[in-house]
Amino acid sequence: MTGTLRVRRWSKLSAGFSGSFTAFVIALIFVPVLLSENATAKMTTLLILVLLAAMWNALAGYGGLVSIGQQGFIGLGAYGTVWLCNHGMNPYQAMVVATLFCGAISLPVSLLVLRFRGAQFAIGMWVLAEVAAILVSFDQSLGAGTGTSLIELNYYSPGARQEYTYWLTLGMAVFFLGVLFVLLRSRFGSSLQAIRDDEEAAASVGVRVVACKRILFVLAAAGCGGAGAMTLANTLFIEPTSIFGVNWTAYMVFMVLVGGLGTFEGPIIGAVVLFLIQNHYSSGGAWYLVGLGVASMLFALLLPRGLWGTVRDRFKIQLLPVGHQLSGVASTPIPAPAEEAS
Amino acid sequence: MTWTNAVIQGVFLGGFYALLACGLSLMFGLMRIVNLAHGDIAVLGAYLITVVLDHWGVSPFIGFVAVLPIMLALGYLLQRVILERSLRSGVLVPLLTTFGLAIVIQNLLLEKFSPDVRSLGGDAGWITTASWQITNQVSIPAIGALALVVAIATLGGLQLYLSRTPSGRRMRATAQDPDTAELVGIDSRSVYAWGTAIAVGTAALAGMFLAMRSTFDPYAGSTQLIFAFEAVVIGGLGSLWGTLVGGIVLGVSQTIGAQIDPQYSVLAGDLVFLAVLASPRGGIFRARLAS
Repeated sequence: MTGTLRVRRWSKLSAGFSGSFTAFVIALIFVPVLLSENATAKMTTLLILVLLAAMWNALAGYGGLVSIGQQGFIGLGAYGTVWLCNHGMNPYQAMVVATLFCGAISLPVSLLVLRFRGAQFAIGMWVLAEVAAILVSFDQSLGAGTGTSLIELNYYSPGARQEYTYWLTLGMAVFFLGVLFVLLRSRFGSSLQAIRDDEEAAASVGVRVVACKRILFVLAAAGCGGAGAMTLANTLFIEPTSIFGVNWTAYMVFMVLVGGLGTFEGPIIGAVVLFLIQNHYSSGGAWYLVGLGVASMLFALLLPRGLWGTVRDRFKIQLLPVGHQLSGVASTPIPAPAEEAS
Repeated sequence: MTWTNAVIQGVFLGGFYALLACGLSLMFGLMRIVNLAHGDIAVLGAYLITVVLDHWGVSPFIGFVAVLPIMLALGYLLQRVILERSLRSGVLVPLLTTFGLAIVIQNLLLEKFSPDVRSLGGDAGWITTASWQITNQVSIPAIGALALVVAIATLGGLQLYLSRTPSGRRMRATAQDPDTAELVGIDSRSVYAWGTAIAVGTAALAGMFLAMRSTFDPYAGSTQLIFAFEAVVIGGLGSLWGTLVGGIVLGVSQTIGAQIDPQYSVLAGDLVFLAVLASPRGGIFRARLAS
């Protein structure tokens, strides 16, 4: 094949967007200073949703692992924080340690569950989350089945508490999405793309499939644990049935499918969509969840690449580039258009 | 002696789990997909039976007969409208769509029937309370025995259908290789749709027993799906008789766990499931439907 073909990572658009996105994230630091306490709490919720969506997408979109049990790590992150505070740790320090704990405990868990794919992995994770919920509800010091609150946070004034919680959530979201971004742009990202497209073929050309999945699994476990810890800090009260509830997975599935499975930008968009819906129909209850379920099904069946994936494919753009783009003129036709890595 | 009783009660509980799981097992054997809405479909069946009972005051068994055609039609449509499309798009999409469906069914039931717990125990008459006293501590509950007998009959009937009838042969051929089955003139899409209809019908039957032997609410489906899947995996994915064994192993684990402490019941079943999952063979029987 002759002609000039260029493989490039950055386009003017993506460089410009990534620059402004970075500036936007930096501006987010000042939210508690500029906005009211109530708005800060809402922004914290949004950041938690972004983090959750990105982590679930890391598993499903890049690792091909549909987990119905990430709420297990959300619950462990929240209850781990309570447990550490009960043992005398500063609450914000406890949130970070509990997040790391979720990452650590996911390593032995991965030895069991990463042997499986598809439904066995999905429901295996669900059962593990149920087991975690049952074990937590046995512990009287954690409030057993009736729930518990983080009383240590009462030492802070409400305003200061909201600020610290927001900043730590922002820090976690930036950290975990940043790690994912860097990972996806590295050699590891190409391996993941190969796994997502065809696991056997990837293994046959030397991609270390299980090792790659394990990195994602640990990252997603820690990220979800962090989201759980921050949910506790943001809502102040948790109980096993809701923090270990499968509705978390319903939210994550919705956000990722609506935004775009396997795209970096998609889950962020999905999180914003869910956030707007939640603020609009907060009292919706059952109908609200029916709507989320129907939307998830429709997107999975009719628009599997989600909002962002569809836009990206149509206009051939990437805003936060994690892949490569092929451009230039080829004198012989290229057999098949190179799939954009993302 | 109480331990013997725990094991015997577990066997009967296991019969119910096998009934709950056989539709899941059939669909997995046929299409290699797990319908995450299976438990919620069983609960939907239970609610439809309560509607029939509320209107006409018949026994739950007659209620089930009335509801069965609706459930078969729903199963057929489920396959034709939703699952067929999702099957074409790889392994993730069926999981995601059936999970979405589960959320939809749960919340529609909540909207229609309120979150109150229901039970058909009272409507079923003597069968839910009667039991045969064998010794001082061992008794056989009539409803448990009936569930076990119905489970064996359903699984046996399915097995006979698959091995002896032309339609069953088409189903096995499609399970083995849908493309080749198409070459010899089998309409695999229709076979899949009938398979799903049967699976949904058995789920409704399990829903009837769920409603008679315990209470249920709109969110009961998730737990039932987990129990059904545990039974299927313990018995070996895709094996129908394995599902019966898996159901019984799960039931006995739960009743023995409950014998130690009532709050260990579900946990004991989960742990046995995880242990089987962790074992090298990952299931007692190998897949059989296709062979």
